[in-house]
Amino acid sequence: MGQQAVNGLFLGSIYALFALGYTLVFGVLDILNLAHAAVFMLASFVALVLVSDLHLHLLLALPCTMALAGLLGLLLERVAFRPLRSRADSNVAGLISSLAAATVLEAVALEVFGPNVARFPFGTLPAGDPAHPLHLFGAVVSRLQLTIIGVAVILFLSLTFLVKRTRLGREVRAVAESPRAARVLGVNVDRAIAASFFISSALGGAAGVLYGLAFNSISPDMGRSVELKGLSVIIVGGMGSMPGAVLAGFALGLTEVFVVAHLGGSWRDAVSFAGLFLILVLRPHGLLGAVSPREA
Amino acid sequence: MTPLLSLERVYRSFGGVRAVDGAALTVAPAEVHGLIGPNGAGKTSVLNLVSGFLAPNAGRIVLGGRSIQGLGPDRVAALGVARTFQSIRLFPDLSARDNVVVGQHLRRRASLVAQLLALPSARAEGRSARETAAALLERVGLSDRILEPARHLSYGEQRRVEIARALGSAPRLLLLDEPTAGMNPPEVRAVAELIRKVAAEGRAVLLVEHNVRLVMEVCERITVLDFGKVIAEGTPSEVARDRAVIAAYLGSEP
Amino acid sequence: MGGLLSSLYETYQSTLAYTALNSLLALSVYTSLSCGQLALGSAGFAALGAYSAALLTLQAHWPFPLALAAGLAVPALLAVPLGLPVLRLRGVFLAIATVGFGEVVRLCLVNWEYVNGAQGIVAIPQKTAVWMIYLALGVVLFLLARLRGSKWGFALEAIREDEPAARSMGIPVARYKLSMLVLGAAMAGLAGALEAHFTFMVAPNGFTFGRVVDMLVFAVVGGARLYLGPVVGAAFLTLLPELLRELAPRVGIEAGPLRLMVNGLILLAVILFLPSGLVSLPGRLRAMRAARSPP
Repeated sequence: MGQQAVNGLFLGSIYALFALGYTLVFGVLDILNLAHAAVFMLASFVALVLVSDLHLHLLLALPCTMALAGLLGLLLERVAFRPLRSRADSNVAGLISSLAAATVLEAVALEVFGPNVARFPFGTLPAGDPAHPLHLFGAVVSRLQLTIIGVAVILFLSLTFLVKRTRLGREVRAVAESPRAARVLGVNVDRAIAASFFISSALGGAAGVLYGLAFNSISPDMGRSVELKGLSVIIVGGMGSMPGAVLAGFALGLTEVFVVAHLGGSWRDAVSFAGLFLILVLRPHGLLGAVSPREA
Repeated sequence: MTPLLSLERVYRSFGGVRAVDGAALTVAPAEVHGLIGPNGAGKTSVLNLVSGFLAPNAGRIVLGGRSIQGLGPDRVAALGVARTFQSIRLFPDLSARDNVVVGQHLRRRASLVAQLLALPSARAEGRSARETAAALLERVGLSDRILEPARHLSYGEQRRVEIARALGSAPRLLLLDEPTAGMNPPEVRAVAELIRKVAAEGRAVLLVEHNVRLVMEVCERITVLDFGKVIAEGTPSEVARDRAVIAAYLGSEP
Repeated sequence: MGGLLSSLYETYQSTLAYTALNSLLALSVYTSLSCGQLALGSAGFAALGAYSAALLTLQAHWPFPLALAAGLAVPALLAVPLGLPVLRLRGVFLAIATVGFGEVVRLCLVNWEYVNGAQGIVAIPQKTAVWMIYLALGVVLFLLARLRGSKWGFALEAIREDEPAARSMGIPVARYKLSMLVLGAAMAGLAGALEAHFTFMVAPNGFTFGRVVDMLVFAVVGGARLYLGPVVGAAFLTLLPELLRELAPRVGIEAGPLRLMVNGLILLAVILFLPSGLVSLPGRLRAMRAARSPP
């Protein structure tokens, strides 16, 4: 039981990190960024290159990758989203534009890295001493799991601090509330939106690296299944709600682990969709959301 | 005479704000009824309530003897109500003529099968809809450029198209939300004339306006709102002399 | 000359047939787009149609036309309980919900022993003749062309441009949206059924999220404002890879990534610069030429 809880937490923290990126951009621009999963995937490859070819230590490779992912996010914002901002159907157009960008990024990954599954080199994360395993909540936890949960928690706390205590965070929240009002109040809306994309992609990149480590499998199509689960997570948590994304991410991780343990592996993916439909039909705001998903 | 439309002690709040606070109003058939009041008085909310876009928190709205509160806009429209919007809501990519054709939706009877097979009856109906649209546009003073996308028209022209569109369904009650906003004096006079003609056809008009002079000229009865409450009601001359009205409008131009 | 044409046709026959199938699928997304709804359940509907028809011909030995009819009817019926709650959602929420529906269908098929789970059904009798696909597409295009300019067609455009205004004119928006969803489901189901009996196999991995994204891309690139758009888009994006396959070795890039890259760039170019799709290109060029020439 405790073992499953630990497994669920570790899986859930990756989902939560990934979902946070979606929800940040949605909260600020009302757009679903389907290129997020491609950034997730590319970041994993980039970290692989940094670790295996440039021999960087993981603890250095992770922030480097996050920064690079953030820059990619800035590029995406500039090329694929900013030109559409004034359009009436901007959120559908934005969705399609992000889809286009995702396709291009996937093509790049396929061309540069090939379609096969790659793995982090052995020893990327030191395995620890098998005679003295670590414990959490009375269950055995591997170094890997602990690292991932730890990194995730640090990132969540940093993000919370950034959003609640810094000026940039306030500006981002103002733009999320109303871009027009924010502009009137002197907020540099373009910069706030760009910053949101940077942070969102950096988080997505972190999720990608951790996912690649966790499952020891990196390939150009690794974003697919996580992408859809990420969508379920933000809907269940509430579009635009960061605490909601974290809460729902952990909930999904835990639920999936329990379902696999009791019902079998093939139903794992059904959990996220079941949750998605239930919420959409019963409580479309999501658990903690404020954005109205119904027609105006 | 039984009223065509009556609001009976209608309440509607948003958050903590009472937009409509126990309002009561009646409009007789073929009457031109003005609804005026300072900004934020709740006039557009009343129109939204009557046209089915809002449901009241309490009270009744009765149209032709039938309770309509809580019915959606499409059901209310089917009962003979048409409206224009404060911020013009034309279909921007459709031509002016096609906008007015859409307005006739309720009057078109061709079945889906007839349309799919392009039966002569459906085609004839389509032709007649376009002709009616052109005729309605002429009534509002627009005969050229009616095939251009609506967003190419000037502000005043768009407002007139909206009125023509609303007339497309041959409504018994026409709700006009600030139809002359942004219009120059000749255009305003044309709208006044149009309203009189529409009423002469037997249609009631509920006119929300800031142009008080227009309201005084064209309306048979006027209701004055302030903070969601009715503060006066009567003929134009009665309302013009009412002290509460003068107080509410202190500082506003006539 | 006749010999050349007929041999060309032989070579490209199956590509053209696939283009026609893709057009049908793209049109199934278009029906909802035409009233402003981003409903992306077509992969699920196609799967339902394909599997229903395949099971009926294989297990119950139904005659092909009846199996096709079932392939059309099953998704159409299921579209109703899906649409009623889901069409109230706006924009991206509707998209996510319908994608979720498609995924649930796929997952159920993967987990269902009776249909061989992930491996799918093989040896489906190859009953689809190419002319049937063209006929289906032709009928659909005929019907959609009829709607344009009719009362129904105007209502759909009104809903797409301004839903509240449309309602204020008495248009029963919910009913129209649901009808378009059901129509799209029927079309996707029919396409799925035809495809199953053309390629003689069906498997869940033929009905992924990626597939419905392809359909959306066909519709958007071709033009989502006109019923011809999705056909143009499907043709362009199905025939283009053939061209690229010739090109790829000369440019030194793998065919797969090149195709993806070009698809992505075309989609990006269209959405940024030609939002009404390829079908709007002639009109745009004409307008530009008119603006440039002296009065």
